[in-house]
Amino acid sequence: MRSLTHLDRLEAESIHILRETVAEADRPVMLYSIGKDSAVMLHLAKKAFFPSPLPFPLLHVDTTWKFKDMYALRDKVAADPAIKLIVYKNPEAEIKGINPFDHGPVHTDMWKTEGLKQALDKFGFDAAFGGARRDEEKSRAKERVFSFRDRNHRWDPKRQRPELWALYNVRKNKGESMRVFPLSNWTELDVWQYILREKIEIVPLYFAAERPTVERDGLILMVDDDRFPLDGDKPENRKVRFRTLGCYPLSGAVESDAETVEQIVAEMLLTQTSERQGRAIDRDAGSASMERKKQEGYF
Amino acid sequence: MSRPLESEQDLIRTDVRAWLAQQEAKELLRFITCGSVDDGKSTLIGRLLYESKQIFDDQLAALENDSKRHGTQGERIDFALLVDGLSAEREQGITIDVAYRFFTSEKRKFIVADTPGHEQYTRNMITGASTADLAVLLVDARKGVLTQTRRHSYLASLVGIRRFVLAVNKMDLVDYDQAAFDAICADYRTFAEKIGITEWVAIPVSGLNGDNVMSRSEATPWYNGPSLLEHLDIVALDASADAEKPLRMPVQWVNRPNQNFRGFSGQIASGTMGPGAEVRVLPSGRVSRIERIVTLDGDLDEAVAGQSVTVTLEDEIDCSRGDVIAAGGDPPEAADQFEATIVWMADEELLPGRGYWLKIGTQTVTAMVQHPKYEINVNTLEHLAAQTLSLNGIGVAELATDREIVFEPYAVEGSSPNRALGGFILIDKLTNATVACGMLHFALRRSLNIHRQHLDVSRETHATIKGQKPAVLWFTGLSGAGKSTIANLVEKKLAARGRHTFLLDGDNIRHGLNRDLGFTEADRIENIRRVGEVARLMSDAGLIVLTAFISPFRAERHMVRRMMPEGEFIEVFVDTPLSEAEKRDTKGLYAKARAGELKNFTGIDSPYEPPENAEIHIDTTEMNADEAADLIVTRLMERR
Repeated sequence: MRSLTHLDRLEAESIHILRETVAEADRPVMLYSIGKDSAVMLHLAKKAFFPSPLPFPLLHVDTTWKFKDMYALRDKVAADPAIKLIVYKNPEAEIKGINPFDHGPVHTDMWKTEGLKQALDKFGFDAAFGGARRDEEKSRAKERVFSFRDRNHRWDPKRQRPELWALYNVRKNKGESMRVFPLSNWTELDVWQYILREKIEIVPLYFAAERPTVERDGLILMVDDDRFPLDGDKPENRKVRFRTLGCYPLSGAVESDAETVEQIVAEMLLTQTSERQGRAIDRDAGSASMERKKQEGYF
Repeated sequence: MSRPLESEQDLIRTDVRAWLAQQEAKELLRFITCGSVDDGKSTLIGRLLYESKQIFDDQLAALENDSKRHGTQGERIDFALLVDGLSAEREQGITIDVAYRFFTSEKRKFIVADTPGHEQYTRNMITGASTADLAVLLVDARKGVLTQTRRHSYLASLVGIRRFVLAVNKMDLVDYDQAAFDAICADYRTFAEKIGITEWVAIPVSGLNGDNVMSRSEATPWYNGPSLLEHLDIVALDASADAEKPLRMPVQWVNRPNQNFRGFSGQIASGTMGPGAEVRVLPSGRVSRIERIVTLDGDLDEAVAGQSVTVTLEDEIDCSRGDVIAAGGDPPEAADQFEATIVWMADEELLPGRGYWLKIGTQTVTAMVQHPKYEINVNTLEHLAAQTLSLNGIGVAELATDREIVFEPYAVEGSSPNRALGGFILIDKLTNATVACGMLHFALRRSLNIHRQHLDVSRETHATIKGQKPAVLWFTGLSGAGKSTIANLVEKKLAARGRHTFLLDGDNIRHGLNRDLGFTEADRIENIRRVGEVARLMSDAGLIVLTAFISPFRAERHMVRRMMPEGEFIEVFVDTPLSEAEKRDTKGLYAKARAGELKNFTGIDSPYEPPENAEIHIDTTEMNADEAADLIVTRLMERR
């Protein structure tokens, strides 16, 4: 008899979570951020519901500041007739031209946090899948797989529902919603191993290549288009890759020679800094910043 | 400092593919750690994470800094800061919760549920333990087995953990004294035997110095057993036991992309399956065979416990979410009355008799819990008399579900627990909070002992003689909404048409049948239950029954509705806004309630849950009592 490996078990658990949500929620949706975790989550969803098409749409809360390569992969994914993609942009942020260079933390707040809330309300989604993992960040380590949000999308860490066995309480009142994290128990290494095992396509930015970059506040940033204010700096070609992807002016690159998943894994294990280290978003209010953002309704 | 993964690092450098292949084959062990910070739990977990390279350089740099500033270990790294630092919620006064941490060895991946030690966090510990294969109990070598150690052992075994590690920590502080270690082992052995823990090992460790954590220490030459990690690497997994039990797969979702495909999706709780295997679908009991096990990567020849699959059956039989696909020759039972252990997890205490949602596997039903037979003192294991259960209370009680559920007893002698079909949660119907969890013991066969007497004059005969169709007109609404007034008028109008009726009025019933009941939430539920039973008996006698009760809770109105045959329960919502009812205040009760002389008054300090789909909705600001009564009579007469 075949015995299951840890990846088999993680996969089975995630599929169980995806199905449980679809069975019990009224209008589920999958938050699709185009990153590697989203790619894994989408792959798991295809497995969970095969041969049916995905029983929920993907939602990309766009900030207009993602990398070009990300938009390219997103559009490729959406070309599959079995997948429905909704792209939402906060109209207010669009009109005001909110951007990471001039508006600092307001950029993330308006495009991502507000944009997400608006999109969920507009379409009446009552359960949204997210690709967050418990190993990423300390407030996530304590969050439930099914994370209850009140009418204002707020997370109350003091009133989390006990979560026993594989029994998830998906019940809620009108206007309340759930964030559901099928990858809660995965680690970064698990995600990479799974990408390798299942041959999942990810954005090329994860792999090292010569890219035009400048240094800002100790971060290596990629000059992805001409909206980047160079202030006289000359972009320098560096061989870099990204460990996490978001808005390009907020995503720090690392210098690297890793051009395959295997090399990424090797590099990750031998030169260790944590994954979120390249993210400007966690820095703006010290160590409790993610917890605060989540309480405000950030994913 | 030893780096156990050093060997692996060479392989990563030279042949990462080979290394990844090794990783692929790793199994997964989930365990909990119990003990308080004083026992050195954080230090021990911190060391496991550190030595298995789960701490990144940037985190390590921060840790070294913090250790110099706040640490208690001089120039050395204080590992406790690592774990405590992860739980920043402590400073913020947030309830201490289960935290999940991840590390790996050369053989296995581990998910550690780090559970808090204090008695007020019992529910959190149970939560962490519910998915664990093993529990690591920390004991301070200087203090030995404490009440807390016994409580943790009991709680962990209660949710079915069979394997324990007694990590006797801080051995450095007792000079690695074998006698001290042996005394603690002897002490624990007595207790373990008493509560039926048979698979346990004791390991002398020092989280601070790393002795016997990753590898065996020279400081304890008298100890011949494995190090903590060595033991975690070889201990048996529940998953292998699950695979050897008969097939059980709760159906989560019916996969129906088109007319030609009907698959049943679910996670296999136990056993194995393959095409051709005979299965029985419960509760219907219909038999078929597995046709295909369908996946994105092609059909499978076999699937085992733990896998999430989609199967098709050879025959077109009825099967939907909540059903269980089981081994044809060895199916589980279905029942509607049980004895169970219940762990209460909410601030609001258990209300015996109230309907809660009960979720077990993929089935959700309404369940009523009786008064507990006893509560268990988790420190002394004594059985105490109890009327209810409050936060962190653990008791044994009987419960009844409104329809049969497919189940298995949670605990299994000598094997892994039946988590999927023996463990349940209770959900409050109003707030939707998870208020309790429980473990089913066995089904009660009470219905076999109290036989119903067959009556020759049936309810149909009673109704035919009276020439009418029985009904229960259930008036609900705030005090002073006009329920009694309108119900009286309706009864008069029906009497005038020669109908046989009876009006059960709230105030009158409380003078007689229910004079032993007060106005607490529990008493209000019992009040409605009795009225419901009386109304049902009267409708059996062929009467049209009218009831006028505030009946503020949806759950209880629903309970009464379910007692009646389909279509005979007619909910009449007498909808008067609170401000209007308070203005009328015909009995002067609102004034008293506002003055604080009346407690638990609906609308003031006790909630009213308006009906969501009442058969008849009377807006008293739109029509007077007489018009309302006419409307109700018309609707009643229209009924077929």
